[in-house]
Amino acid sequence: MAEKNEIDAVSGIETTGHEWDGIKELNNPLPRWWLWTFYATIVFSIGYTIAYPAWPGITGSTSGLLGWSSRANVAAEIAAVDASREDLANQLVNTELSEIAADPNLLQFAVAGGNSAYKVYCSQCHGSGAAGGDIYPNLVDDDWIWGGTVEDIHLTLLHGIRHPGDDDTRFNEMPAYGADEILDRDQITDVAWYVRQISNQEHDAEAAARGEVVYVENCAACHGDVGEGIRELGGPRLNDAIWLYGGTQEEIVAQISAPKQGVMPAWANRLPEVTIRQLALYVHSLGGGE
Amino acid sequence: MKYGTPVVLTGLGAFLTLLAAAFAQDTLFAQHMGLICAVLAIATVVLLRMENFKTAPKSADLQLEYMDTVIRYGVIATAFWGVVGFLVGVVAASQLAWPELNFGPYLNFGRIRPLHTSAVIFAFGGTALVTAAFYIVQRTCRARLWGGGLPWFVFWGYQLFIFMAATGYLLGITQGKEYAEPEWYVDLWLTIVWVAFLLVFLGTIVKRKEPHIYVANWFFLSFIVTVAMLHVVNGLSMPVSLLGTKSYSAFAGVQDALTQWWYGHNAVGFFLTAGFLGMMYYFVPKQANRPIYSYRLSIIHFWGLIFLYIWAGPHHLHYTALPDWAQTLGMVFSVMLWMPSWGGMINGLMTLQGAWDKVRTDPVLRMMIISLAFYGMSTFEGPMMSIKTVNSLSHYTDWTIGHVHSGALGWNGMITFGALYFLTPRLWGRAQLYSPRMVNWHFWLATLGIVVYAAVMWVSGITQGLMWREYDAQGYLVYSFAESIEAMHPYYVMRVVGGLLYLAGAIVMAYNLTMTILGKVRDEEPFASESTFNPASDKPLAPAE
Repeated sequence: MAEKNEIDAVSGIETTGHEWDGIKELNNPLPRWWLWTFYATIVFSIGYTIAYPAWPGITGSTSGLLGWSSRANVAAEIAAVDASREDLANQLVNTELSEIAADPNLLQFAVAGGNSAYKVYCSQCHGSGAAGGDIYPNLVDDDWIWGGTVEDIHLTLLHGIRHPGDDDTRFNEMPAYGADEILDRDQITDVAWYVRQISNQEHDAEAAARGEVVYVENCAACHGDVGEGIRELGGPRLNDAIWLYGGTQEEIVAQISAPKQGVMPAWANRLPEVTIRQLALYVHSLGGGE
Repeated sequence: MKYGTPVVLTGLGAFLTLLAAAFAQDTLFAQHMGLICAVLAIATVVLLRMENFKTAPKSADLQLEYMDTVIRYGVIATAFWGVVGFLVGVVAASQLAWPELNFGPYLNFGRIRPLHTSAVIFAFGGTALVTAAFYIVQRTCRARLWGGGLPWFVFWGYQLFIFMAATGYLLGITQGKEYAEPEWYVDLWLTIVWVAFLLVFLGTIVKRKEPHIYVANWFFLSFIVTVAMLHVVNGLSMPVSLLGTKSYSAFAGVQDALTQWWYGHNAVGFFLTAGFLGMMYYFVPKQANRPIYSYRLSIIHFWGLIFLYIWAGPHHLHYTALPDWAQTLGMVFSVMLWMPSWGGMINGLMTLQGAWDKVRTDPVLRMMIISLAFYGMSTFEGPMMSIKTVNSLSHYTDWTIGHVHSGALGWNGMITFGALYFLTPRLWGRAQLYSPRMVNWHFWLATLGIVVYAAVMWVSGITQGLMWREYDAQGYLVYSFAESIEAMHPYYVMRVVGGLLYLAGAIVMAYNLTMTILGKVRDEEPFASESTFNPASDKPLAPAE
């Protein structure tokens, strides 16, 4: 029967004798390189399934001649890294926070680990360069709301700021002088001008003079007599050029009227002590540490 | 009444969706049903206005004509969805490069992204497949489509599915499964349409006048049957209310992930590979006017492809909660898939044996040939990326995006463009395209666009992969995720450029096809190619006397 089929004039190959809408088919064999490559992939696959976990049974699967397991591999890698860090990690947890900086080897370990953890847990709010932004504090300057020693930073990391889930969290609340009608509109405008004055910005001197009285009665208890800030209470410094919620007249008025109250999460239950210490040392090393 | 049944169906549909909107359990369902009701009501009015109440004389010769009007609609819809899908792709790419372009909530990236993927895969690709399947099955069976008006139901039903899916995404209705985002009621509608598609296709094959079933139809049938199975199983879910949008999947946890990627990978395998191979097996030999290279190869690679593809899904879940054994099998089946995939490329390319000079003179054939080149490239890249060592670098990075696009833009896009250029003059009885030179322009714009896109995504993907796995001497990660995103910005901008080139090519095509349909011929220096189309022989065979 094969002899009866038409021979294609161009290639000299026999056709299959079928035709659909003018389309014919040549009866070429499978290309040898194609077939042998196909066989090779099959042989490779069979070999691979013998070497690695592959064929499922009722309760489990073949485990493969190599005994390979992705979970065991990850566990082993993590254990190896943990073991290589064990000495330094123990040392870090057991050294007084203020004395860590004295040991260059330990400090290097802490800052390297802190840098890595910072990128994962902190950069979302404080920025990858730690310069803060929007409503999040800058960590590279020397203006600290709750203190800039290693111990202070460590405490802030452990318990957070206004974190609702932590009883030891650092907490304060600026009153809403406008929203709760503690001060009237004119008083708020005046005291905002006064804040502009003590921070060495352009201001309305007359209004600022009236505002000083309001300041002493309402604000000095937390922000200090001349706006120098009171860290024990978390009262931010006002007499410098660094602003968390903005330093324009409008922004100051807005903050006095209906204050933003930033929240920092507590990390004590989420990260091991060694990581929290690393973060404290890293943030301390950024430039503003005390 | 010519449109009796469709008028009743659309009218009833409009009434039911109006009721559904009125009694909806959630706002989104009410909005979505309201939109669908509006479309069905408009369709009812349009059909009534077209109605001719005189009894039409029954044409006894209907079986001696191919059913081509629905295919003409399909050609126009395919070109339209192509331009829309590519445009939405450029928008999505721009949003990644410049996040300010996210206008929420309706035009956020989260909603634009599924709109893009569904518009190109299901609207552009799906309409192209339905259209090409209807055209090819008639020609290769020498028989008119089976089912009377059923092909019209398939076409318009599928367009309604696209409308329901797209508006759902923008409203924020999703079941959160990639490439299967539409909620349960849209899934049910698609199932009905798909079964009708299967019936039309099978019915036509059953009444064929040719003794054998052509290879293109094997691929189309495997595509239609398997997609039905994938869609139904992955879509199994329990709606919270029959009058609400939300449903819960029948699967949970890693089983859900595996079912999803069994579906997702075989959407690639059977929708974007098998279905489009069906197109390739008809249009390439027709355009080249040469026989298919090897019948034996077509059999072996067909069965190899459909048997091996269905197991390869777990390679999307390497190094996850999926057990190691399933990952291994996903990988080895993908590796074995390499040659069966390439069988289609070899059969297409080698069909040009003795006709390679036509690639120089025929820009439409050139388009089909480059689609096979991109097909070969991405079906090598796929098995390679499924190897676990490679995957540990490439997974979750832009490399995957680049891989998908070299396949989708290069293979699916180019073969579809070739098919549209093939079909338009034939379906509208034109002697030639408006401008073969504009086809050439389209070819180069699209090719350049793909090359820019894929090359840029390789660089950005490998950069991402390397940044994510960069550790210092003490085992601490060197880069944050945000830093890797920052490093991507220049690549994302370049990707927008690649996408714009591709979109520009599609707009040139839309213009060329429109002018061809209008019967115009551009005054230009001709390509040295001769047409082999004979309108006299382009009809079904008469029944045996």
